[in-house]
Amino acid sequence: MTRTLISGARLLGDATGDLLVQDGVIAEVGSLGGTAADRHIDADGLVALPGLVDLHVHLREPGREDAETIATGSAAAASGGYTAVFAMANTSPVTDTAEAAEWILDLGRACGLTEVVPVGAVTSGLAGERLAELGLMARSRAKVRVFSDDGHCIHDARIMRRALEYIRPFGGVISQHAQDPRLADASACCHEGEVSGRLGLPGWPSIAEESIVARDVMLARHTGSRVHVAHVSSAGTVEVLRWAKAQGIAVTAEVTPHHLVLTTDLLAEYDPVYKVNPPLRPAEDVEALRAALADGTIDIVATDHAPHARHDKEHSFLDAAFGMLGLETALSVVSDVMVASGRLDWADVARIMSSRPARIGGLTGQGASLAPGSPANITLVDPDRTITVDAAASRSRSRNNPWHGRTMRGAVHTTMYRGRVSHTIDTDHATEYAQ
Amino acid sequence: MSRHLISSADLSRTDIEGILATAESMHDLQRRDVKKVPTLRGRTIVNFFFEDSTRTRSSFEIAGKWLSADTINLSAKGSSTSKGESLRDTAMTVSAMAVDALVIRHGASGACRQVSQWVRCSVINAGDGMHEHPTQALLDAYTLRTRIGELDGKHVVIVGDLTHSRVFRSNVITLAALGARVTVVAPPTLMPSGIDAWSETDGFETSWDLDTVLAGGDPVDAVMMLRVQRERMSGGYFPTAREYTVGYGLTRDRLDRLVARNADVLVLHPGPMNRGLEIAADAADAPQSVVLEQVSAGVAVRMAVLYHLLAGEDAGSTRPAAPGAA
Repeated sequence: MTRTLISGARLLGDATGDLLVQDGVIAEVGSLGGTAADRHIDADGLVALPGLVDLHVHLREPGREDAETIATGSAAAASGGYTAVFAMANTSPVTDTAEAAEWILDLGRACGLTEVVPVGAVTSGLAGERLAELGLMARSRAKVRVFSDDGHCIHDARIMRRALEYIRPFGGVISQHAQDPRLADASACCHEGEVSGRLGLPGWPSIAEESIVARDVMLARHTGSRVHVAHVSSAGTVEVLRWAKAQGIAVTAEVTPHHLVLTTDLLAEYDPVYKVNPPLRPAEDVEALRAALADGTIDIVATDHAPHARHDKEHSFLDAAFGMLGLETALSVVSDVMVASGRLDWADVARIMSSRPARIGGLTGQGASLAPGSPANITLVDPDRTITVDAAASRSRSRNNPWHGRTMRGAVHTTMYRGRVSHTIDTDHATEYAQ
Repeated sequence: MSRHLISSADLSRTDIEGILATAESMHDLQRRDVKKVPTLRGRTIVNFFFEDSTRTRSSFEIAGKWLSADTINLSAKGSSTSKGESLRDTAMTVSAMAVDALVIRHGASGACRQVSQWVRCSVINAGDGMHEHPTQALLDAYTLRTRIGELDGKHVVIVGDLTHSRVFRSNVITLAALGARVTVVAPPTLMPSGIDAWSETDGFETSWDLDTVLAGGDPVDAVMMLRVQRERMSGGYFPTAREYTVGYGLTRDRLDRLVARNADVLVLHPGPMNRGLEIAADAADAPQSVVLEQVSAGVAVRMAVLYHLLAGEDAGSTRPAAPGAA
């Protein structure tokens, strides 16, 4: 079996060491200068992290293969440094049965570029009315542990309560898209504030998120179950989370890269590339989210990667689809905003983008430490490389990339999934790896 | 002046005054027997209305015809989303017919801004969702100036459903540019979000209490009543029509109080009016009411806008190459 030696990497950004990978597993770690290997990756100056894990992506297959497929989404994930992605259930048909979940699992395995983990719908058809077959999805080969109606809020308190209770025996978690539909209906598309007032766009007030999160943390306390808050966008939600965690409530939360950087004022020209749900918030919220990520109130970064066919973004702002790409740029955004500024170090990045999301999602074999015996899911990052994002260069099938033209410091160099290089910018070796 | 008119903020005070001066000469034309001038002969204007409109569309259509342009009306209510065609495809299709100007009414805020970034012709916003309606603001300014002269220091009060009103959003910009003092009045539920910060930046005042404003320091020179849609009641914006009228309607009594302080006060309404709701019938028909003058000014102002965009000194950029046979 092939032996690959990764030499000179700073492990989690700290001490320099070599990693010997054999049979898809990290065989040795240390000073391995004289070790024989079939391949050699010179990682001098690079940071080695456990492969990144994204708890929240939309891969669009089945149903919208013109926007993304499991294959193109897997490729985008690999180039973003991800070795596992959780594929949301709002496909067509919806992932609300064991069979549908296994189909996605198998398709992901066939692609072999990243681990594709299906998220199961909480309610049948995402209709919010009756529970989907949560237990059968959990018992299936896909071993579904994360359940979400993402795209829709589970707004019925009784359904939410029952779902939280029901998933306890198999250690599941409900990932909630927090949006009270009475306070922010389907037309709501701009943070409610001065910009929405001036632009005449239907407001999406922060309270529509905060009130659901407040309710859900109380339901989590009441049921003793786990709730995860998807794409936290407001400072008020951060306050609720901080309180809930202080009470010992089993709540976790994610923030997207875009909510860590992009702000409401970008909507001024009505460019639908900036239309996303929940909406981009003002700078005060952005700062609160960065602080919450730094102090652990927000557990992880998840992309909410949401590819859309070009024509679905070429409607009026009101009619255009919600969502933006994120897989290929997330690490650079976090590096630029959180690491280069000194608010997080690389060990923190390993936590918020790998080990913690893997743990929340109940995924073994991912997010493990860079130690002998761990699966060889490794992301090498060049912390000093500056990139300028080019939407056209994406491996995603879609181009709704709000980061186009932005320059960021820190970029993925090489991704290794189960001992095989799934992505590298090292063009000298790209052909060799792509076998 | 830009080749588009998307927002009232696209126009400087000089631009506005230029358009209003042109509108005056256009208005003179309307009093002749033969109203047509050859200014835009050979030019094509498409009135593309994605949303119903009677007065704005006919006003633009007449304006184009009196300038001798070929005007075509397209109605596409609901078609873009129901047929699945994107706004961009629809706009590019029409633009491909070598039109000179697209006059667009759309139910979605920002649609005109988006279209202007895709097409090569001039785009004129004839009302986009809850965003703006710049020619309405121009015709309101024209009507006011015809009656009360320069607007510097004049006090204009705008009352009604500000949240959903594109007329309000354009008027505060144009009136402020012309030096008017503007106060906007609505119940808190019909105040646009963030208006406290916004009004401070843009230099207008807000109030929840119409009677206090009417009795306040400066006498009111004009009051502009905005249409209030009855369906807003089901959205919880206000309890009943009766309660709205008591709080915010231009009743006979309120008009009498206005006239007592300023005999020359004007009453404006962009139409269509809900008589008995935001405006009492005898206020709508009072001598102070200039509602029909607004309509009449609409044609002259739209002629002036078309003239400035398509035939003015700096309008060359949109002029297509002359055909060889010409």
